[in-house]
Amino acid sequence: MSKILKDLYYSDDHEWVKVLENDVVLIGITDFAQSELGDVVFVDLPEEGDELVQGNEFGAVESVKAASDLIAPISGEIIEVNEELAAEPEKVNQEPYEAWFLKVKLNDSKELDNLLDHKAYKEEISE
Amino acid sequence: MIEYNKLIFELSIEDRIGYSLPDTKFNNYNISDLDEVFLRVDNPDLPEVSELDVLRHFTNISNKNFGVENGFYPLGSCTMKYNPKINEEIANSRNFKRLHPLQPIFTTQGAFKVYYDLQKILSEISGLSEFSLNPYAGAHGELIGLMIIKKYHESRGDFHKNKIIIPDSAHGTNPASVVVCGMEVIEIESNERGRVDVDFLKETVSNRDDIAGMMLTNPNTLGMFEDDICKISKLIHEAGGLMYNDGANLNALLGKVRPGDMGFDVMHINLHKTFSTPHGGGGPGSGPVGVTEELSDFLPNPRVKKMDDNFYVENSDEAIGQISSFYGNYLVSLRALIYLLTLGKENIKYVGRYATLNANYIKNALKTVYELPISGNCMHEVVFNGLINKENDVKTLDIAKRLLDYGMHAPTIYFPLLFSQAIMIEPTETESLQTLDEFINIMHKIAIEAKETPDKLKDAPTRTPIRRTDEVFAAKQMIFSYKDYLNYIDKRDN
Repeated sequence: MSKILKDLYYSDDHEWVKVLENDVVLIGITDFAQSELGDVVFVDLPEEGDELVQGNEFGAVESVKAASDLIAPISGEIIEVNEELAAEPEKVNQEPYEAWFLKVKLNDSKELDNLLDHKAYKEEISE
Repeated sequence: MIEYNKLIFELSIEDRIGYSLPDTKFNNYNISDLDEVFLRVDNPDLPEVSELDVLRHFTNISNKNFGVENGFYPLGSCTMKYNPKINEEIANSRNFKRLHPLQPIFTTQGAFKVYYDLQKILSEISGLSEFSLNPYAGAHGELIGLMIIKKYHESRGDFHKNKIIIPDSAHGTNPASVVVCGMEVIEIESNERGRVDVDFLKETVSNRDDIAGMMLTNPNTLGMFEDDICKISKLIHEAGGLMYNDGANLNALLGKVRPGDMGFDVMHINLHKTFSTPHGGGGPGSGPVGVTEELSDFLPNPRVKKMDDNFYVENSDEAIGQISSFYGNYLVSLRALIYLLTLGKENIKYVGRYATLNANYIKNALKTVYELPISGNCMHEVVFNGLINKENDVKTLDIAKRLLDYGMHAPTIYFPLLFSQAIMIEPTETESLQTLDEFINIMHKIAIEAKETPDKLKDAPTRTPIRRTDEVFAAKQMIFSYKDYLNYIDKRDN
């Protein structure tokens, strides 16, 4: 059974969003996503300063099985990229909720309402 | 058998000579006469080995190989059918092997007859007007086919038509070929029946005039016949696009249904799949491209034509250009023609029939233990989504690796991308009932092992010359040559 944390937001595309403070969030992929993907070998991320647009592709995760697009769960400006993942992409498999991809300053915190809570996400992946 | 794990560079002994040649008679020149830009600075990195070293090395390595001549090879979407030996015997005759493409044409009339006849037979089988046998492989054929589509639109002044629709079940080469050709992909999702959703397609093409065409594999990579194909073709044609057929799965339809009759305007055929020529590492492949009469002027140069009883070569200004050095992989075309002539027109319709029967036989025998995501009859291949019983977390990869322990090649896994544990089985028509039953028994045995002794699967393979490979390491550390390997070892140890 995949692990789902309570205080996170989730997207249909299996990304999680963690609200830190002052409209700053972390973005990563869920435990379910990493287990479906299999061993992750490469994470292709945008650069600091780039803009995310909710629903648009912003990067890709490559596993031994396939390459999958990353879809932005929210809109905003990237204020930090987790550089550790370039050298250690296996962290995504080991600790999916620790291995954040991007730190983003939200454009509009109302966009979070378009995401799922842990209960709704659990239902989503049990289908 | 003793394990053999050497690289030929590791056999190298300084100054060892493979073959001693007599002194050259051409010694009236000096290296120093050559311009400096033509001189090497370093010696080439070549192993210094004897002829016997080379022979033993490659014989030992070949023993590690597994091909269709070793055992069952049900690789989905690849049509790994048996290559009849008569093909090899004829293709190996010196009359063909010693041919040169630049010989005077009156000395190669027979060779051109082979090209012309195969081209004609492929046209008849596919319901298209004309084929070029020049493309070297399937993906090359895709690119040539798309270049023809592009050229067609450009010839009509429709420079803005640059979008190609591709379903999500397509081979990865399809979108790649589109991008290489300088066009753009619109991906559409499959419906719950594993087929193109006609309503969704209608919506996608409505109100836009930039549709260049659609690439479709039929039957698709789920082994499902696109039964709405005539509606699909009509929609694309009405939108001003052309229909491209990826012929990877032509085996299922051979002699029964013709892509041209379904509305396809362009297609490629993989001779190394459907027409029994060697496949995989043993290739080379061949990807002839066929088109409707309207598009035939755009076929690549050179073209083989016939007037009365004589064959000649034509180069046209209308063509997309020349895409191969001469006439493609000619000896592969020859093998395909031999296959077709030995099979005969009256028997060709049984190919698709038996291939489909074999796949459905396996599907029905395994559906009680392996999850069948799409119900109904399949065509020449069947896709399961791993085991039904998921309790021990046994993955499709483990099942595939365990099959190797039982002396069978693994099917295609993790493709198509629609299901996370996809395993795609294509037995082809060339396997006997006994082989199919043996495979089915082993797959049932593996399902029981998954339940009772899952470690046997997770450790598999245990009986092969190379055990489970480290895929993560292989993906992260690109080691393609001995030099790369030495660099890697050097870095690791220092």
